[in-house]
Amino acid sequence: MNTIPILKLGEYLLVSIQVDMHDRLALQLQDELTSMLVKTKSRGVLLDISFLEMVDSFMGRMLSNIAAMTRLLGAETVVVGIQPAVAITIVELGLTLPNVRTALNVDAGMEILRRLVDFSDQKGGYECQQE
Amino acid sequence: MIKINKKISEILTQHKNEIFEDWLSGQLASVSLRLDLVSETELRRQSQEFLNLFVTASLSSNLQDINTPEWDGVREYLTSITYSRARQGFSPTEIATFVLSLKHPLFSHLRELSGVNSNDLIDMIWTATFLIDKLALLSIENYQRGREEIIKRQQQELLELSTPVVKAWDGVLILPLIGTLDSARTQIVMESLLQSILDTGSAIAIIDITGVISVDTLVAQHLLKTMAAAKLMGAQCIISGIRPQIAQTMVHLGVGFGEVATKASLADALAESFKRLGLAVIKPQARG
Repeated sequence: MNTIPILKLGEYLLVSIQVDMHDRLALQLQDELTSMLVKTKSRGVLLDISFLEMVDSFMGRMLSNIAAMTRLLGAETVVVGIQPAVAITIVELGLTLPNVRTALNVDAGMEILRRLVDFSDQKGGYECQQE
Repeated sequence: MIKINKKISEILTQHKNEIFEDWLSGQLASVSLRLDLVSETELRRQSQEFLNLFVTASLSSNLQDINTPEWDGVREYLTSITYSRARQGFSPTEIATFVLSLKHPLFSHLRELSGVNSNDLIDMIWTATFLIDKLALLSIENYQRGREEIIKRQQQELLELSTPVVKAWDGVLILPLIGTLDSARTQIVMESLLQSILDTGSAIAIIDITGVISVDTLVAQHLLKTMAAAKLMGAQCIISGIRPQIAQTMVHLGVGFGEVATKASLADALAESFKRLGLAVIKPQARG
């Protein structure tokens, strides 16, 4: 059974889905991603689904779930590379994914992620400073 | 029944030339004659050809069902005449009259028949009427089909014509919408917009609805869907070209575009997209 690699890139996690997703793999990804987030104390997740050619309502829900979970763990998620057919399917399914941030490609996604993390730094609570 | 059929086909064969002349003069005298569209020689040729096929088919002694192989020739010829006439702009009445006007000469020859009792005569007239009516209905059906093909082709052309996606600037796409938005068109608009977003890597799409005749709840919903899909691809949408009347109707209907930015004109939308991209338009300084 294949797994989806989760790469750590600085303070971000990079997940590129390059195989056909099925429900079990999606659940496994949720599992691994959340534990990885806690372990690495990452600030953001970049989810690249440009190889995904089919989505169903379960996958749509998984995308919003991942976004919600990472937010609970103090990180931001950006989904990049949604294909036109996939975008149409998601909309036709009635899922607008209001809580999911999206970007056209990895470059743009990284840009958004950086901005989000900076923004939450400015706004966000306190920083521990070592005297 | 077979006796009646035989009798009719006999009359048709024997009096073919008289029936033809009567039929043609009847057609030429008729109000539905369109000499502007079809010349007299052409009409003569078409009538002659049709009658020949008709008489040949009637020899099969089957005058009840025109869907049998014996009537193939008649059906095909009638179809070709109807198609060409539908394209020329004949009305349905004029097309049906071509076949229906065959009744009068045929019936008058049936009447002149000697030694037939009135019951048989009525049977014969009934059979002939039934047959000719079927052919007339067939020509009307073909006429309708010909018109539908024209409409379908035009619709297709309209769809292909009306969904251009224009690149206005690096990262800015404009989608000028014209006409009415139904689900079929929304689908095509959405597909071409998303494909262009992917191809050009644009971050902003301006949907210009100056040419959209009216915006009701359905149209607004279609637009919202398109924008939601574009957002999933990572592009922001701006709606422009909302005319004053449309703004009023939309408010009265309670239709809105949610959080999407809307602008009155395309220029405003372009300015807004420049602002979002961090670009500025400045005048070159006058040379001193």
